[in-house]
Amino acid sequence: MITAERKPLAEIIDSIDGCRRIVLAGCNECVTVCAAGGRKEVAMLASALQMDFMKRGKTLEIHEMTLERQCDPEYVEQLAPFIDQVDAVVSMACGCGVQEVVRRFKSKRVYPAVNTKFMGASERPGVWAERCHGCGNCLLGLTGGICPIARCSKRLMNGPCGGSSKGHCEISNDVDCVWQLIWDRMKELGIEARYEDVIMAKDWSTERGGGPRKIVREDLQ
Amino acid sequence: MENFEPVIVAFCCHYCAYTAADMAGSMRLSYPANVKIVRVPCSGKVDSIHMMKALEKGADGVLVAGCLEGDCHFKSGNTKAAKRVTFVKKLLEEVGIESQRLAMVTMSAGMGTRFAQIAGEFTQAIRKLGPNPVCAGRGTCATAKVA
Amino acid sequence: MYTESVLEKVMRAGHIGVTGECGPPRGAMPEVVKEKASLLKGYVDAVNVTDNQTAMVRMSSFAASMFLRQMDMHPVMQMVSRDRNRLAMQADIIGAYSHGINTMLCLSGDHMKFGDHPMATGVFDLDSVQAIQMVRKMRDEGKFQGGADIKNPPKMFIGAAANPFADPFELRVARLAKKVKAGADFIQTQCIFNVDKFELWMKGVRERGLHKEVFIMAGVTPMKSVGAARYMRNKVPGMDVPAELVDRMAKPPKEKQAQEGIDICVETIKRLLDIEGVSGIHIMAIEWESAVPEIVERSGLYPRPKL
Repeated sequence: MITAERKPLAEIIDSIDGCRRIVLAGCNECVTVCAAGGRKEVAMLASALQMDFMKRGKTLEIHEMTLERQCDPEYVEQLAPFIDQVDAVVSMACGCGVQEVVRRFKSKRVYPAVNTKFMGASERPGVWAERCHGCGNCLLGLTGGICPIARCSKRLMNGPCGGSSKGHCEISNDVDCVWQLIWDRMKELGIEARYEDVIMAKDWSTERGGGPRKIVREDLQ
Repeated sequence: MENFEPVIVAFCCHYCAYTAADMAGSMRLSYPANVKIVRVPCSGKVDSIHMMKALEKGADGVLVAGCLEGDCHFKSGNTKAAKRVTFVKKLLEEVGIESQRLAMVTMSAGMGTRFAQIAGEFTQAIRKLGPNPVCAGRGTCATAKVA
Repeated sequence: MYTESVLEKVMRAGHIGVTGECGPPRGAMPEVVKEKASLLKGYVDAVNVTDNQTAMVRMSSFAASMFLRQMDMHPVMQMVSRDRNRLAMQADIIGAYSHGINTMLCLSGDHMKFGDHPMATGVFDLDSVQAIQMVRKMRDEGKFQGGADIKNPPKMFIGAAANPFADPFELRVARLAKKVKAGADFIQTQCIFNVDKFELWMKGVRERGLHKEVFIMAGVTPMKSVGAARYMRNKVPGMDVPAELVDRMAKPPKEKQAQEGIDICVETIKRLLDIEGVSGIHIMAIEWESAVPEIVERSGLYPRPKL
């Protein structure tokens, strides 16, 4: 999923301070799963904003709305009936969702209420960790199914570096050395010999090197 | 401020704090009438949004009262509640509302005295803090309706 | 012989190679580079010039290496993949070679987090192994990494680093093998304090015959005080300083600890020179270049061969 974290309240308030009415738009997909921008988080943020405005003797009308999928025009359309009645949209979706709202409602101010973080997985309740960098040319088949690009601090494709210590990365004991994980996995699978195959310099043109990326499927158009 | 009578919402677990409150009554222990009890099946059933809404709608203090550690009828509802209380306290600080207005307390069903004591102390603490700044800004306080 | 590198000539002739280290200053202070270099002159075959070490901005390795060339010394230009993409790396390699810099060391570099610009992005277009491959391809095939021909390709003597003390230990020889396969000509190791563990690593190296494919230069660092010893033991990732050495550093009074550090360093070098497969010594006297002449002389490595 795409993970996100709510922005500091002060930053959100700062962006909408002049507003009287807003739509607070959540998303039912990734940000719901990572508890950053689903229906619950929309309610919590609405309540917090409400309290802040009231405390200062101001009023803010908040229309809470959590769309099925904010990165999809079909669902973004559901905002249309309300859009003229509000000064701004505050989106709790990832950056993709925010921009779909912007694309649909060209003259409306739209502010993000979350910081979009990374593509990750739920390691355990309340903990999400980065798993994929979206490099556009998956090498998991070469590394025992564990990604050094997303999970090595120096994205070494031929690690581990000299800072690997007791399974941890040199930058922090809270970070696993991914090359230790890869090595353990290779042993588990009995493919240790593959470790010594040099992984060649990556073609980053499938990543950001090639500019903004797009997928086109003509059969679906 | 001398006449200020705070409104306290106490979410009380059916298996402990609610019974304790009942016992306080039958023991004829007095506790402040400011404390409005909401019975819940478990403190773990109290969501963050319930705590927020209570304060948003004008309560001056919110108590979440669950079972003693290790004694939850549903195993871990009370520890979950405690974590949520900590989480909401942080959010309240961000909003600029004193986090002491929200507290997690634990007790067993037999602790009528403890319930009365907590109710008294918490009410006193909130009285000292003064009215919920949310109502102050709004100009209408829940207090007015109660007092 | 692949290159004009003096370091290569020395080691290929069967002599023990000796390298020192010069950390460029954090400011436009050419005299600092020259002073450090002059302390090493005549006592080492080549001098590593570090590249933004510990992720702190310093005079570039290329520029500082130039000062050494002007003093008729031989720099080992270090290059980390943290700060440059492959375009910038290749451009600097051609530029450096044009100025007579013919020896370099390919590293990934300390993470940005350790320096004073933790907010910087890490480039890591290539890792150290891929950087070695690139420099090798430039030299041996006369081609850029992207495949185009190079007119008058740079002939670099290619170095790489190895840390026998990092985890997992069982991978440390295999990782060296990978660097050798990628095309490294010589290896400089992390500072060795735990000689027993280094011997174990070298045993693995010899079992695979890697010491015959690459020159292995054992890294040493003189400790200036017990404080420095403790710091390296406790704070530097991938560093293995045995407790006995810290205790030994703690014994003499403060003013004599530096001498103890030099003594330990000389003893270490003598032990290292007895290990089969060690082709050179890399002395990293960080901000203590003045200690190098004594260490080299007492280790029996002076005078340096004239080639």
